[in-house]
Amino acid sequence: MTVLGWLQILLVLVAVVAAAIPLGRYIAKVMSGERTFMTPVIAPVERVFYALSGVDAKREQGWRSYTLAMLAFSAAGLFSLYALQRLQGYLPLNPQGFDGVDPALAFNSAVSFITNTNWQNYGGETTMSHLTQMAGLTVHNFVSAATGLAMAFALIRAFTRSEAKTIGNFWVDLTRGVLYLLLPLSIVLALVMVAGGIPQTLLASVEATTLEGAKQVISVGPVASQEAIKELGTNGGGFFNANSAHPFEGPSAWVVMLEAFSLLLVPVASVIAFGRLVGNWREGRSLLATMGIVLILGVTVLYAAETFGNPILTALGVDGAAGNLEGKELRFGQALTALFSVGTTGTSTGSVVAMHDSFTPLGGLVPLFNMLMGCITPGGVGAGIYGILVLAVITVFVAGLMVGRTPEYLGKKIETREMKLAMLAILIYPLLVLGFTGVSVMLKTGLDSLNNSGPHGLSEILYAFASTTANNGSAFGGLTGNTLWYNTTLGLAMFFGRFAYVVPVLALAGSVAVKRKAPASVGTFPTDGPLFVGLLLGIIVILYLLQYFPVLALGPIVEHFAMLAGKAY
Amino acid sequence: MASRSATSLFDPAIARRAAIEAFRKLNPRTLAKNPVIFVTEVVSLGVTILFLRDLITGNGEALFSGQIAAWLWFTVLFANFAEAVAEGRGKAQADAMRRTRSDTRAKRLVDHKHLDGAFEEVNALDLKVGDIVLVEPGDLIPSDGEVVAGIASVNESAITGESAPVIRESGGDRSAVTGGTMVLSDGIKVRVTAAAGSTFLDRMIALVEGAERQKTPNELALSILLSGLTIIFLIVCVSLWPVALYSGATLSVTVLVALLVCLIPTTIGGLLSAIGIAGMDRLIRFNVVATSGRAVEAAGDVDTLLLDKTGTITFGNRMPSEFIAVSGVPEQALAEAVLLSSLADETPEGRSIVALAKSRYGLTEMDLSQAGATIVPFTAQTRMSGIDLKGRSLRKGAVDSVLASVGLGDGGGPPDFRAAVDKIARTGGTPLAVAENQRLLGVVHLKDTVKPDIKERFAALRAMGIKTVMVTGDNPVTAAAIASEAGVDDFLAKATPEDKLAYIRKEQQGGRLIAMCGDGTNDAPALAQADVGVAMQTGTQAAREAGNMVDLDSDPTKLIEVVGIGKQLLMTRGSLTTFSIANDVAKYFAIIPALFLATYPELGALNVMGLHSPRSAILSAVIFNALIIIALIPLALKGVPYKPIGAAALLRRNLLLYGLGGIVVPFIGIKIIDLAVSTLHLA
Repeated sequence: MTVLGWLQILLVLVAVVAAAIPLGRYIAKVMSGERTFMTPVIAPVERVFYALSGVDAKREQGWRSYTLAMLAFSAAGLFSLYALQRLQGYLPLNPQGFDGVDPALAFNSAVSFITNTNWQNYGGETTMSHLTQMAGLTVHNFVSAATGLAMAFALIRAFTRSEAKTIGNFWVDLTRGVLYLLLPLSIVLALVMVAGGIPQTLLASVEATTLEGAKQVISVGPVASQEAIKELGTNGGGFFNANSAHPFEGPSAWVVMLEAFSLLLVPVASVIAFGRLVGNWREGRSLLATMGIVLILGVTVLYAAETFGNPILTALGVDGAAGNLEGKELRFGQALTALFSVGTTGTSTGSVVAMHDSFTPLGGLVPLFNMLMGCITPGGVGAGIYGILVLAVITVFVAGLMVGRTPEYLGKKIETREMKLAMLAILIYPLLVLGFTGVSVMLKTGLDSLNNSGPHGLSEILYAFASTTANNGSAFGGLTGNTLWYNTTLGLAMFFGRFAYVVPVLALAGSVAVKRKAPASVGTFPTDGPLFVGLLLGIIVILYLLQYFPVLALGPIVEHFAMLAGKAY
Repeated sequence: MASRSATSLFDPAIARRAAIEAFRKLNPRTLAKNPVIFVTEVVSLGVTILFLRDLITGNGEALFSGQIAAWLWFTVLFANFAEAVAEGRGKAQADAMRRTRSDTRAKRLVDHKHLDGAFEEVNALDLKVGDIVLVEPGDLIPSDGEVVAGIASVNESAITGESAPVIRESGGDRSAVTGGTMVLSDGIKVRVTAAAGSTFLDRMIALVEGAERQKTPNELALSILLSGLTIIFLIVCVSLWPVALYSGATLSVTVLVALLVCLIPTTIGGLLSAIGIAGMDRLIRFNVVATSGRAVEAAGDVDTLLLDKTGTITFGNRMPSEFIAVSGVPEQALAEAVLLSSLADETPEGRSIVALAKSRYGLTEMDLSQAGATIVPFTAQTRMSGIDLKGRSLRKGAVDSVLASVGLGDGGGPPDFRAAVDKIARTGGTPLAVAENQRLLGVVHLKDTVKPDIKERFAALRAMGIKTVMVTGDNPVTAAAIASEAGVDDFLAKATPEDKLAYIRKEQQGGRLIAMCGDGTNDAPALAQADVGVAMQTGTQAAREAGNMVDLDSDPTKLIEVVGIGKQLLMTRGSLTTFSIANDVAKYFAIIPALFLATYPELGALNVMGLHSPRSAILSAVIFNALIIIALIPLALKGVPYKPIGAAALLRRNLLLYGLGGIVVPFIGIKIIDLAVSTLHLA
């Protein structure tokens, strides 16, 4: 680790917080329908959308109809995106002349993009036409992120209201999220990226003559526009297979720093918006501190593990002082790689600048554990907030009892129904991750996709299911996902990881909204201070450590001890 | 307060009965109500079958699987035992109460329209609501009822544990009598208000036995958390089998079950119902009967306490605080005049004036029977009282009346006298003027005396985040003075029952939970509206029906302790849950390296406790898991001590004790058990 490396990391983090504070205020206004400086420009467009779709923006929905709207919208997205991929061979804007995408892969990719996962079992430049990329994938990059944002603010609203039957209007939340937030930010960011060297063209490729005189075909396309929303919407689906490690997605260190900044920006700003909306910025601060501590711990472990290097390689004569550089871009280095990898898995982005498969065992454990926790540090757009709120509810319940009162969070009593819904949401992750991993290691078809055997092979499979279930989408690498088995199971993991989780969350919103808001007193368990941060951290770590310790012991942990003993698998 | 005979935690008789009861509770239909322990029982059965298989096939596994099976059964039995001990303590009390109820005879009036008519002797169980019974000295009152004629002193010790008799009479607020109590003197006629089987005593018996026990809302929510964790750990253990197989280790069902039982929250799962029963029991030992566990939980949540001024905040009667003489009159002379004029005054006020005169001015009482003393009693017309003796005419009474008697008009008297009277009125006191032979001597300051330690108790409540509101019929000036002296947060002056009800509704609208106590029939609506309504045992039947708790000692200050007991109940649950979950960390460090040491020797690095062998490690973790339930029974029954130090400090303290303790203790415990197991060559 170097001072310069840490300065790089801190620079990005400080910039994120500095930018997130005003942006958070803006998001709070946008999501509560207040007037902002963008209103004069966007409101007319917004009204056109409502008029065309027949939405009454003034009418709010109860949690059931909110949920149904969200599910209907996602289902429509799923089917249309599947159809678009299958039919791309007959559609325009297909300069490379790609055929329709294979059914299993099209299902996987469609689920992947409507759930904000952006797991890619395909190579973009070799599978998807420009039309599919722009009208399909990029559109869903926007709306799946806005869907997450909508659900998060429905839950936040529920906590701010007292004895309310409604939690907002899904169509309004969705529209405002895209029009006021994601679209303007993406336009600005895409232009900056173009300036930074990322291509934006409808051409399929350019030809270059190498120094040896050979002809080289280099794929290009409308990259910058997708790149911007890829990070801002915590999507992570790259235009190219190599994602941000590709020189056209991450051309230089400063662009990658900008990308790391962009992927953290909206999640962090949403937490600040949460604090404003619940009327106590300290509540937001304590959640943000919790997320921040996990994030910085993750960066530290990853950075330390990678600079410590691999004693086996050192023994073979590789310069140990440089640490582990396998699978990394030298133009980013270990510090930036550590920050980006932790950021991309702490949010549900999943874009990568390095091969996570090539990290040291402990280094690889960090992004893996980030996703096993459900990507909540600071989480995907919207998903981070509702994810951590569910955990806060559980924390408050356990800890609140210890102060001798029926636990309450933000003035809402946490009772049987809330616990039922929170536990239901929490349960779905281990069921999907451990269940599918358990079955995959038993099947020949599951093991055939592996590059490695032993503990590392287990990590590869576990990583894939952790990534898809948490709707992250980053790939460890080393696992061939484009098979019938993985296309299907990973698709199911993404689908249920999103919808089986958010339906209880929206039900929780409905249940919390109708409760009367109780004022806080000295006898109330305080949730806006360091004590709560410590508790929330404790619950998160203990809850997830207990769930995944056995399987992690057989994966990265044993690999780590084996590496120290000079043994490789 | 008369506390019930304290049963020691492990009374041998109770423990013996509980041990038998623990086996009876193995019935899966009973256990199904407790998901964590039910799962433990099911897997225990599975491991027992495996043990039998090992025994028959003689594959050398029998010693290990037999021990695991045995300890799994112990885990279930210990949990059952905890519940049985908690119930047993209640049963012992219930038996004593039941003895008073059995074969009571009642003298029922043949015609209940004629109160003087003949009566017939019937069994108490045959009485119906509306019957009128005659109860004579030495008789047990056969059922709950209302006195319709007569007055009697009644020994209610069967219910309250307090042996001093109380007066019960027809009409007014002391008309309710309770079945099972004994009339000591005089005879009363009682209209029966409760059918056989639903009397207060019956309800109390059912309650202490835990027969009517239903899961309370918070207990239910906690059960869901525990069930959720159980399902999560089931997923973890089931999925571990294929993953282990992939890694080259074949895990036996026995060790997977051992891992499962160690991970699921058996500690809190096993103690949960014992905690609930013990909470109710604590309240009963405190002589407060709650009609439901829900009420006890609500008590822990109370935000606002509505307290009657009289009897709770102040002593029931006004007392003199000082004698203020007008200029030219020595204070000693005033004191003597006051003493003389009050000697015949038998009211509590009069007696306390005498007491002050004697204690502060060293005066002695004189014998009134000596010649010439004429007592002038208080009347509503004169509004003064006094004494005439040997040419001295002493008068004491309301200021305007005394002024009139000395020939001064309303508002008259020397300036220092006026100043003293005004000051007393301003601070909420009552001034009494004193005159001798048409000469004004001075004024007695009578005031409502705030109980000595009440201010500290309210400060403690404030630290818990509870607001105190004083309810009084006094005018706002008096009320404000007493409120500031007692340190309550708010007061309700000139309060009518409607005002009380309105205040409760208003607070509840704001999301607060209210507790109050009351005894009169006019308190009933407010008692019913409050979240926690404590009715006094001496109160009317209507009040007792409306509240959700009855205080057998009729001591309104106990409301404060009731809140503490409610908090203690919730805290005990929370602390043991935290402890239980934190325990899992150490168990992982014992079991995971043990499971995979053969496959991955590198994982020996995780064996931080240096346990003897894989088998001893697994066995030790299981034994620890079972024994910790027994070890925590006393804590579950006694409850985690509650201190009013504010939520944050309380949390910090409990977190340190039960969170950090929960992580550290099993490391030590498992290591010690492992040493024992390996020394005894058990594994």
